[in-house]
Amino acid sequence: MTQLEFTSLVMPFKDKVYRLAKRLLVSTEEAEDATQEILMRLWNNKAKISSYNNVEAFAMTMTKNFCLDRLKSKQAQNLKIVHSNYQDHSVSLQKQLEANDSVNWVSKIIETLPEQQKLILQLRDIEEYDFDEIAEIVEMNPTAIRVALSRARKTIREQLINTHSYGVK
Amino acid sequence: MVLNDIEKLLEKYDLGETTLREEQALRAYFSENEVPEYLKSYRLMFQYFEQTKQEYTAKEVPLKPKKSNVYKWISIAAAAVLMFGLYISKPEPVKTDLSQLSQDEKELYYKTIEALDLVSTQLNKGKQQIGILDAMASSYNEGVEKASLLGEFSNTTNKIFNTETN
Repeated sequence: MTQLEFTSLVMPFKDKVYRLAKRLLVSTEEAEDATQEILMRLWNNKAKISSYNNVEAFAMTMTKNFCLDRLKSKQAQNLKIVHSNYQDHSVSLQKQLEANDSVNWVSKIIETLPEQQKLILQLRDIEEYDFDEIAEIVEMNPTAIRVALSRARKTIREQLINTHSYGVK
Repeated sequence: MVLNDIEKLLEKYDLGETTLREEQALRAYFSENEVPEYLKSYRLMFQYFEQTKQEYTAKEVPLKPKKSNVYKWISIAAAAVLMFGLYISKPEPVKTDLSQLSQDEKELYYKTIEALDLVSTQLNKGKQQIGILDAMASSYNEGVEKASLLGEFSNTTNKIFNTETN
């Protein structure tokens, strides 16, 4: 596999890997390092890649495992406390201005969710994977996934309504 | 879509039972329509999801094996070579008896003995020559002793001389 072929294979989901890593690790720098690591590992295993029927799901599983390991390691524990996103490539400035500040509340609330719910919410509501793909990535059965997803969605809404008294009038 | 349908969909959404298509419809509805106050929390969520979807990483990924990795393997290889070297250079058991030697080794052994013999006879010849030097040294020492007698002689003459002047 040439570098060009690899890039065209990986490009479509590179940002999904990054967003998932950022969801779990919170810090932009950490997420970028994780993305780099995942792509490096894929590149080093490029001989085997063709034998996977779903490279994207495989990469997402790798990302999930990698990030959860990072969170477990002491090093990441420290980073978690003092993460500082100096740069934010996320959205264009104008969009950011347009966006209501309260949208960021959602982000803060998601940060407080358990890892598994974060993961599933990210895969479903942001990356729009179907339940079979999510099942493959998180290695859970679809029923359990629906339950976790439902909990996550309800928690976010409850928090928005209670803590920020949003939407109650 | 009617608000009534939306509410039903939202209920399903909360339970995690909506399909991807239904979720897309919800998102579209919330981005295009003004919604009543009690549904604003949903709008916030959908807005956030849409916004986050656009995040990307600008960082380039170098697709070459990391240098540090290469060094790591080089050092591992070096350590392995070193250990292998130590292993194969382990001294063989020392042979203590002539009968343990092979034919070639015996030949070598005798030749070495012969050569050492030759060296030792030459050395002995040299030693005899040195014997002459020894003899020379002893006669030199005798000479020195005799010279010291002269010193004594002058001492006594001095004494005699001193008593005469007194």
